[in-house]
Amino acid sequence: MGYSLPELDIPEVDLSTLLPEGLLREEAAELPEVSELDIMRHYTALSKRNHGVDSGFYPLGSCTMKYNPKINESVARFPGFANIHPLQDEETVQGAMELMYDLQEHLIEITGMDDLTLQPAAGAHGEWTALMMIRAFHEANGDTQRTKVIVPDSAHGTNPASATVAGFDTITVKSDENGLVDLEDLKRVVGDDTAALMLTNPNTLGLFEENILEMAAIIHGVGGKLYYDGANLNAVMSKARPGDMGFDCVHLNLHKTFTGPHGGGGPGSGPVGVKKDLIPFLPKPVLVKTEEGYHFDYNRPQSIGRVKPFYGNFGINVRAYTYIRSMGPDGLKAVTEYAVLNANYMMRRLQPHFDLPYDRHCKHEFVLSGRRQKKLGVRTLDMAKRLLDFGYHPPTIYFPLNVEEGMMIEPTETESKETLDAFIDAMIQIAKEVEETPEIVQQAPHTTVIKRLDETKAARTPVLRYKKA
Amino acid sequence: MKHRYLPMTEQDQKEMLDTIGVSSIDELFSDIPEKVRFQGQYQIKPAKSESSLLKELSQMAAKNADNKAYASFLGAGVYDHYKPIIVDHVISRSEFYTAYTPYQPEISQGELQAIFEFQTMICELTGMDLANSSMYDGGTALAEAGMLAAGHTKRKKLLISGAVNPESQDVVRMYALGQSIEVVQVPTKDGVTDIEALNEMIDDNTAAVLVQYPNFYGQVEDLRKVEAVTHEAKALMVVSSNPLALGILTSPGKLGADIVVGDAQPFGISESFGGPHCGYFAVTNKLMRKVPGRLVGETTDEVGRRGFVLTLQAREQHIRRDKATSNICSNQALNALAASVAMTALGKKGVQEIATQNILKANYAKKAFEAAGFEVVYQGPHFNEIVVNVKTSITALNKELFNKGIIGGFDLGKVDENLEGHALIAVTEQRTKEEIDALVQEMGSFRA
Repeated sequence: MGYSLPELDIPEVDLSTLLPEGLLREEAAELPEVSELDIMRHYTALSKRNHGVDSGFYPLGSCTMKYNPKINESVARFPGFANIHPLQDEETVQGAMELMYDLQEHLIEITGMDDLTLQPAAGAHGEWTALMMIRAFHEANGDTQRTKVIVPDSAHGTNPASATVAGFDTITVKSDENGLVDLEDLKRVVGDDTAALMLTNPNTLGLFEENILEMAAIIHGVGGKLYYDGANLNAVMSKARPGDMGFDCVHLNLHKTFTGPHGGGGPGSGPVGVKKDLIPFLPKPVLVKTEEGYHFDYNRPQSIGRVKPFYGNFGINVRAYTYIRSMGPDGLKAVTEYAVLNANYMMRRLQPHFDLPYDRHCKHEFVLSGRRQKKLGVRTLDMAKRLLDFGYHPPTIYFPLNVEEGMMIEPTETESKETLDAFIDAMIQIAKEVEETPEIVQQAPHTTVIKRLDETKAARTPVLRYKKA
Repeated sequence: MKHRYLPMTEQDQKEMLDTIGVSSIDELFSDIPEKVRFQGQYQIKPAKSESSLLKELSQMAAKNADNKAYASFLGAGVYDHYKPIIVDHVISRSEFYTAYTPYQPEISQGELQAIFEFQTMICELTGMDLANSSMYDGGTALAEAGMLAAGHTKRKKLLISGAVNPESQDVVRMYALGQSIEVVQVPTKDGVTDIEALNEMIDDNTAAVLVQYPNFYGQVEDLRKVEAVTHEAKALMVVSSNPLALGILTSPGKLGADIVVGDAQPFGISESFGGPHCGYFAVTNKLMRKVPGRLVGETTDEVGRRGFVLTLQAREQHIRRDKATSNICSNQALNALAASVAMTALGKKGVQEIATQNILKANYAKKAFEAAGFEVVYQGPHFNEIVVNVKTSITALNKELFNKGIIGGFDLGKVDENLEGHALIAVTEQRTKEEIDALVQEMGSFRA
């Protein structure tokens, strides 16, 4: 009903003469039958029941919920970017290839690596891609006993999961009392079976791993590779580059640091940068620049192969490129400086009211503990739900796993002091409510379109699709 | 303010530094060891103003030949289809595109319900019990299906039809490598999976048989034969399917598929040089707790109102960590929304009509090629693609066609040396009779 197909300008033929019996569908798929207006009203109503960065503050730790510039959306929709086919002759898509190549060049400089692939579709996909390259590197050296990947206890869940799907066993290394990787424990777990150490720096507590060079020496000393999870790159742009810290490969989340929008959970883009000795293993095709123009090189005998059809999430890469070109070197430096200033300001203002497990300068995010409030019978989950009443998206909660009742707060650089102050005031008020009127917090949210949902019921008796009664 | 995206003022900065108790922003970076501190500034292009950047990038875009300016007969997994105008209007609502994964259901009901509707419509088209919230694309969805099958059956071999998209086959091999799973290609015969060969190759170590429907050559496989052989060996049947074709074709679910995957790009998603598209993943109930990625389920709130949440999360990486069977986190939510809007707009009738138009137009092209003396090599039932034996260099042909305003078909010689000189021609509902006639005529005169 809500559609307008091209006129059928050829003679109609009875389908049963073209499709043998059994192939022609007997029952139509039960899709909606609604007008264009009713579709718009439906989705407009849904959008009103959804909170995005444009709706309000979104300090979701580890997710870098910064402003998504509108120019990015316009550029990604240019017909010459949106409506081109990946298998067109290379001569007819030189502009797209130029953009990809220049984006690679920019990301190589930003990360301090030697080469880079744009093929992985998201962060976790990039992690796995890099681990498969590390695996191929060790195998090419006859190092087939390297079956272990070391991951800190504070790592993102994707790290150990990616290690597993790349065929490695995961070894956990502990954090010390300062929230950093315990060097003694690291020395204990490494060996000639170490394939790699996966590390986020700053780590998920928002703390810079000061001993990074010692860690690199330990890993390289046993012949392993050092892997950088770029989820937190917003914290160090123009301040420290993974390539200079000793990392051999790095994945980036272009939908975080470089403003490809999060889209309600994707699409993302997860390029992987590498140092020289991993270059031969990059996924193919590899984009090369020649005198005649840009070219996809498939003749890469040591390449791990293809991790995704075609060349990555081009549309997201266009947005990231547009952002980088809008910011320039000074802009990117300011991004990191303000992201870190904002986080430290919030941390210090909230410190009197909540427990701060690691009292030192943070980078782009910090983690508070709600254990003081827990003793009063109010959990971090309750406080998160109470924040909804103030119009905020809550922080990431109960992560990283090494902080009790954790609240991981990442303000980003695109928030004003005014916004931060208003959020801080709300947090302080909630802390006060916990002491004086805890039931207000325990029963939150009070103002949302729906109250807390029964997740146990959802999992016990799963209803995963609509069925007509 | 240093930049229009950065609201910091000098006054604010001063006050904030005072509160923190430091005298400069630099002090906040004092924990970065001197040896690794980056000195100087990035050697990248300087910032550009909005107007001049728009100009530069529109010029860059204009260097590409797009399918609005050219009549495109290129498919091979990515298609130029009717995209209802409203798709872009819906996905441009920033409540959707600037949100993250709906971890806080009370303020994410819009996204959650939209995904629930996506899951429902995918189930309807595929004939499966449940579908997840999306995967990266059709290729990685197929690979994950293979991994699920291997894990579920505890068998270590996948049989993949030679008529599956070659790029997807590559991705399946790549995922299998990590899990030490063997992938063996089943040969094709007359453009479809060779059932006799499949029957000989399948054994009790075969986790799954992976086929494509309609397949890479546009042929509609007889899934009943695949099903009989597959289930006889107690392997899983995995079908990769263009969901738009399922508007008219008998659903794989009805024909016994255990897992159906594919790419929803034909529903309202731009070709965008190959991504982002939108994988989907649908299974039978018995595989519910092994599905990768996010699932949205219906439930109720404290006062009994209907609502939606992310559910069965114990399967996922953020809970299971190294025990997870997939590492997927971000998926393609916004594109799943685009596909949902397109499926909703087309609706029950429109999806049949668009699928029918594709078959009819491809059939019209087939007849026209045959009338012009070309050999159309596979004669089985087809969807919107046909294989034409041009007996000449497709590269040279396509260059000539391009000069006439046509983007020609895919050169099959690139993926199969036995198909040198053959073009895979995609004819969607977007191609007019006039454009098809012109293609046949130009190819005729090129050959002559």
